[in-house]
Amino acid sequence: MNGFVDRLLGRVRLGGWLAVAAPVIAVAFAVLITSVVLLIAGSDPVGAFTTLAEYGTQPRSMAMILNTGVMYYISALAVAVGFRMNLFNIGVDGQYRLAAVVAAGLGGAAVVPGVLNIVLVIVVAVVVGALWAAIAGLLRVYRGVSEVISTIMLNAIATGLGSWLVSEHFGVLTGNDLGTRPIPDDAHMPGIPLIAGTPVLVNGFIVVAVLLGIAYWVVLNRTRFGFELRATGKSESAAVASGVSVKKMIVVTMVMSGAVAGLIGMPELLGASYKYSNNFPAGLGFTGIAIALLGRNNPVGMAVGALLWSFLDNSSNQLQLLDISKEIVQIMQGVVVLSVIIAYELVHRYRIVAEQRRVSRELAAPQEAPKAEAAA
Amino acid sequence: MKILYGMQRPDEGEIRVNGKPVGFHTPADAIGAGIGMVHQHFMLADNLTVLENVVLGSEPRRGGLALDFAAARKKIREISDAYGLGVRPDVPVEDLGVGDRQRVEILKVLYRGARILILDEPTAVLVPHEVDELFDNLRGLVREGLTILFISHKLDEVLRVADEITVIRRGTTVATVNPKDVTSRKLAELMVGSELPSPETRESTVTDVVALSVRDLTVRTGDGRPVVDDVSFDIHKGEVLGIAGVEGNGQAELVEAIMGMRPCEAGALTLGGADISQWSTLKRRAGGIGYIPEDRHRHGLLLESPLWENRILGHQTRRPNVKGPWIDRAGARADTRRIVEEYDVRTPGIDVDAATLSGGNQQKLIVGREMSGDPVLLIASHPTRGVDIGAQAAIWDHLRTARAAGLAVLLISADLDELIGLSDTLKVILRGRIVADVDPANVTPEQLGSAMTGAGEGV
Repeated sequence: MNGFVDRLLGRVRLGGWLAVAAPVIAVAFAVLITSVVLLIAGSDPVGAFTTLAEYGTQPRSMAMILNTGVMYYISALAVAVGFRMNLFNIGVDGQYRLAAVVAAGLGGAAVVPGVLNIVLVIVVAVVVGALWAAIAGLLRVYRGVSEVISTIMLNAIATGLGSWLVSEHFGVLTGNDLGTRPIPDDAHMPGIPLIAGTPVLVNGFIVVAVLLGIAYWVVLNRTRFGFELRATGKSESAAVASGVSVKKMIVVTMVMSGAVAGLIGMPELLGASYKYSNNFPAGLGFTGIAIALLGRNNPVGMAVGALLWSFLDNSSNQLQLLDISKEIVQIMQGVVVLSVIIAYELVHRYRIVAEQRRVSRELAAPQEAPKAEAAA
Repeated sequence: MKILYGMQRPDEGEIRVNGKPVGFHTPADAIGAGIGMVHQHFMLADNLTVLENVVLGSEPRRGGLALDFAAARKKIREISDAYGLGVRPDVPVEDLGVGDRQRVEILKVLYRGARILILDEPTAVLVPHEVDELFDNLRGLVREGLTILFISHKLDEVLRVADEITVIRRGTTVATVNPKDVTSRKLAELMVGSELPSPETRESTVTDVVALSVRDLTVRTGDGRPVVDDVSFDIHKGEVLGIAGVEGNGQAELVEAIMGMRPCEAGALTLGGADISQWSTLKRRAGGIGYIPEDRHRHGLLLESPLWENRILGHQTRRPNVKGPWIDRAGARADTRRIVEEYDVRTPGIDVDAATLSGGNQQKLIVGREMSGDPVLLIASHPTRGVDIGAQAAIWDHLRTARAAGLAVLLISADLDELIGLSDTLKVILRGRIVADVDPANVTPEQLGSAMTGAGEGV
């Protein structure tokens, strides 16, 4: 069972073409299931998918897909850091919203000018996210509270705390919308005209997201810290015997996860709405969980997952033109995640059997080889 | 064995039970065909009674939902009496000793109607007189017409209990012999494929330099019970200090306390003159303690990681595995190849997962890893448990070579021959206390066994 969770969370590698086979099978399967649902609902699946594809390939939509995808990707990274060592940080949602409220409040007050304000907003968001997540880490280490429970609770508290901060401290009323004071023009993150043929700019935070993805990979795969983190995730008992301080790792990993979570709201805050109000996107933390599962904690896989998710979200409205409920997209998203999990499980079993066969075949062959004699 | 019990499917060949070919997809199929398995590691729920454990998964029903414990109790008594197992149905399993638990496991399979029993290393956890009891039970079962498949690395036991012996080496049947016609030496040679290894150490290499000094070490459980009680000893360079004891008498806790994995209540630890009592596990390892853990799957390996990543485990602060905060992939990989070569780890490469290797090869990898980086002290907990006799000989050789080169070894084992053969000094642990010093040069396994159970006086 434990092995299954490991595979679910992507702590097990799949080599070569198998790594590609699983997601392809999964997406094909999801398309199939969704088609069946559409047929049952009396709609035309071919038309629906054509509409989605046509919309998704327009320059304007592509820019929008990238913009939403950036937030999804950062959220998935925040979740994945925890997943890699068996920590289920369900609290990414509360961490990014609280971080965004505090950062927006301070940014709106414009205590420092220009670019410095951008830096201040980002640093404050990172610190708030990290501290909020640290509470769950410390509770786990010193009181044995499951981080799943504590982070869910902390989400609820973050919601209340955020509303209180907006209404009592940072809030200004603009029409009907209660929000923080907008961040001044000189502290806006500039957009990038990445996609030709549309005036819609791509959020400048895409650069940060790419750098974060690279940093995630380097830290986990190339550093001693990353090795200890992955070792703890794979076998806590072996990590303890190897001198890894698991308590320290839990707190540090929660803090890192929370710090990355603090960045989730930044593309919106610094590049789109410039304030925290009731319209600020919610629930990104949960989307991140789904995408981390979809991308199996792999930085490239999660990028693909984030774009797929964002494409489905952005184009769902188009389905209404065909009289198809846009909720069909949610069914499709759910099926994709489930079928990815199932496909990886099947591919994994196949790989284990294949590898065991290969090892025994290669070891059985050189019976008369000098190596066998040296052993005896 | 896994194939016989339906846990794995054969690639080719067939199995016949009572002349009928059968194919097993799951253990349930095997049970249906009358095959039952007693695992090396007991699969019992401690907080349930014997009765509850036995019926678990095949509960007798009465009127749809209600459990018919009375019928089950009656059936258990009948089986127990028929085969002379002496199992009491209403005792919680946690109150039972190892031998009793094993009888419960056997009864569990008989209860399910098994006529063919597979016993996987059943004596690994037993002391000599418990082994005798088990063999009496087994002879009783055979008299009643049951078939027993007894799998063991311990040759004298196989010779004592079996009516026919099949030797398997690297998955191939090497020979089938009659125990009356072979000696244990001949049998061992069949298993290894060449001359017999022995754990005997030659001349003493013990020096005057103390490598590890343990003084008045006490470890308590959460509820304040001492599991290691006022233990003191010195290990010199070039000395193998063996600790004999029935499992669960504080050996595991002693090792974990020396490794810094478990806090000690009182006592001082000195390694090469430095007080290490307050050091973290990592610092102790870097300070020259190598560790071959009792349970390699739980404490020694990342099963689903490649071999070269397993080379880094526990040595993640030292060259050639790291350069500063960075993992040195090239260095770690090259050194893994060296270990695979020098320690004869049979593997197609260093990129396969540790889980795909056999137990013996996994253990050789661990021994090679822990011998790297010039350790001062090696803690070897059951270093040859569950490994084939070839790997066992290789591991013994490596321990002897390292000892001759001045390594201090703390050896903990349930294999009394191994303890007597390898140790320069031998201490007996019982209920967390060192109760006897034994001279390994003139003690028999039987004497040692009775000292371990507290039965023998003044050995």
